[in-house]
Amino acid sequence: MNSLLSLLPERLAWHVLLSAAALILGLLVALPLGVAAARHPRVRWPALALSGLVQTIPSLALLALFYPLLLLLSNLARATLGHGFSALGFLPSLLALTLYSMLPILRNTVAGLTGVDPAVVEAARGVGMTDRQRLWRVELPLALPVIMAGVRTAAVWTIGAATLSTPVGQTSLGDYIFSGLQTENWAMVLTGCVASAVLALVVDQLLGLVERGAERRDRRVWGAGAAGLAIGLVAALAPLAADLAPRPASYVIGAKNFSEQYILAELMADRLEGKGARVTRKINLGSAVAYRALAAGEIDAYVDYSGTLWSNVLNRKDNPGRAAVLDGLRAELKRRDGVVLLAPLGFENAYALAMRRDRAQALGIRTLADLSAKAPQLTMGGDLEFFSRPEWASVERAYGLRFKARRQFQPTFMYRALGSGEADVISAFSSDGRIAADDLVVLADPKGALPPYDAVLLAAPGRADDRRLHEALAGLDGAITVQAMRAANYSVDRDADKRTPAQAAKALEAGLRP
Amino acid sequence: MTEAILLDHVSKAYGGSTVLHPTSLAVPKGRFVALVGGSGAGKTTLLKTINGLVVPDAGTVRIDGVETADRDGPGLRRRIGYVFQEVGLFPHLTIAENIGVVPTLLGWEADAIRARVEELLDLVALPRETAVRRPAALSGGQRQRVGVARALAARPAILLMDEPFGALDPITRAALADDVRRLHDQLSLTTVMVTHDIAEAVLLADRIVVMSDGRVIADDTPKALLAGHPDPAVEALMQAPRRQAARLRELAGE
Ligand SMILES: Nc1ncnc2c1ncn2[C@@H]1O[C@H](COP(=O)(O)OP(=O)(O)OP(=O)(O)O)[C@@H](O)[C@H]1O
Ligand SMILES: [Mg+2]
Repeated sequence: MNSLLSLLPERLAWHVLLSAAALILGLLVALPLGVAAARHPRVRWPALALSGLVQTIPSLALLALFYPLLLLLSNLARATLGHGFSALGFLPSLLALTLYSMLPILRNTVAGLTGVDPAVVEAARGVGMTDRQRLWRVELPLALPVIMAGVRTAAVWTIGAATLSTPVGQTSLGDYIFSGLQTENWAMVLTGCVASAVLALVVDQLLGLVERGAERRDRRVWGAGAAGLAIGLVAALAPLAADLAPRPASYVIGAKNFSEQYILAELMADRLEGKGARVTRKINLGSAVAYRALAAGEIDAYVDYSGTLWSNVLNRKDNPGRAAVLDGLRAELKRRDGVVLLAPLGFENAYALAMRRDRAQALGIRTLADLSAKAPQLTMGGDLEFFSRPEWASVERAYGLRFKARRQFQPTFMYRALGSGEADVISAFSSDGRIAADDLVVLADPKGALPPYDAVLLAAPGRADDRRLHEALAGLDGAITVQAMRAANYSVDRDADKRTPAQAAKALEAGLRP
Repeated sequence: MTEAILLDHVSKAYGGSTVLHPTSLAVPKGRFVALVGGSGAGKTTLLKTINGLVVPDAGTVRIDGVETADRDGPGLRRRIGYVFQEVGLFPHLTIAENIGVVPTLLGWEADAIRARVEELLDLVALPRETAVRRPAALSGGQRQRVGVARALAARPAILLMDEPFGALDPITRAALADDVRRLHDQLSLTTVMVTHDIAEAVLLADRIVVMSDGRVIADDTPKALLAGHPDPAVEALMQAPRRQAARLRELAGE
């Protein structure tokens, strides 16, 4: 629990900074737009329709969409102006959340302004106010309670949605939620949820105070609310001030969003810190985000898998075999993106189809070829990306698999589904500790339809000749067996006696193949 | 003598239906004109063309001989007091701030505004302690008096009033009407007042303008109109004050 809370100040600080910046930016755009929309019906419809449309995009997708867009712009800027900017982390999160915060502010500004009694508006004109004076002295003050209600809604939404900035590499309270869900650490998930809910509640109450004060035109009441917000903001951001002090250049270690990745990231980070380097961890990156972030130099190193790189990065559909794939990657990634393939770690985390041992025996299934005959009576469970991956297309084609039904699960729940019979076959990973623990069998692939998935250490182009990084990660070449990785993964994923990824990394390091 | 208000063939239509046919009206400086007529006759519309709240489709408006189209609307309206039919006080401002709104817009000193507000509260017979209240904390009649005070605050030369005494009890109504007439004389205002009450118009005004369906159907002194008018609608309208006057004479004579 203490180790959980020790990360809170930093995560909270980033969460507050991100939400506050997005809300302020949202206000700066939505308020003037709302005023214009209230004045001109011609602006009103498109403005409301557009911001309503943004709202219908799931916030996770909105955040994810900004990353490639910004990367494109950054590359463009690098090509034309000589230097780009970081497309990962803060910027895409800020832009997506800003868009997201706009609708309630815009809608309430329009509603508040158009709801002002026409007799009062007429009187404002009648006493000789200019359009601007009428807006500031009469319409805005009268619309303020409605506008503030919109700001409060926007604040609560933004603080909640900010937890989703974790997959694009922005530290937030979402780090607890994403890591916790992945490793089934419910205390961790709860910490993230409670922290973000409490933050939202406190901000909402303080904004409520500002609203009431403004409504009653009581300077003390709204002053108290505003002071509370300002003090809270400064206090929450204090941990970040330490980061502003000049410090030795740091390494950024990336990880995708599952336990093995967390453990390997900790392993690398430990080794670098052992060499006196400062390390920042960017965990829970989306699968496609991680490689692009590495190529762009936004992270320095992470672990990926040969088959993923082969099909998703190089767009290759063939399967020339394990060694050939590795060689091909080493040459192509270097040539194309300058990315350095440092070393294969020694184990595979391949996609494999797995079944419960008893069920497989009862149906007489040992290989994917056996499976194809029984598939029409069975339900196939896949993780969230499996069915859209080329591997699935490839096995489906090679063995003519036609299932009764297909279902998608979060990985944790996928294994549960196998136990409860909601799925008969699942897309498993060969290094998953649950294969041994749940007594599953991995179905053989006689036609070689599934590509190899060697875990490989990748380094950013800018770190190609970095001595410290090379020294820190030396000796990992082929050093991790699949059994060792399964055990480490299981120690994090199991329900009882759970280890943190950092603890698992220490144990893994201690048992490395010499 | 220049006309304080001169409307020359002004007309107004809303979405194809004409609410004001080409109308001309001249009000010399210092006159008190009453505008009467049935509901929807176009009285408010005509009144609003004078201070530019309604921009006529055709025709010209001159204030003190200057065409208003050439002047900025807000500046013009700050110099013309206007009492709204719906009163239209600013609900978020105190009574003092409501009364002081035009002086504030004109950039008066705070002290001058405060003194003027107190003067006006006395004038419209409102207790001074109402100054700090919001309009919602006043009765309908009190709010109307604030409306009159707000219109007079910046010492305008022209006062336009749209049924300013509608929600007042008869005693206050008569008293305030007398006050307004006295002020009109004292300050040599030019006043146009819309009213439904013909007796009030007869007693207060120098001239009565009768409107019907967007047209002026009569424009004369109360005395002349009481004596008789060819238009039956005007005759019907004048019946009431005539009967009242006869009855009063009868009672006084006994
Ligand atoms: N903004 C507007 N849009 C459309 N029609 C309007 C508008 N303002 C006034 N009218 C119409 O113009 C006509 C004259 O309205 P106006 O307010 O001038 O009447 P009025 O003589 O003041 O009536 P009342 O004694 O009831 O106040 C009415 O039929 C009214 O419905
Ligand atoms: Mg009217």
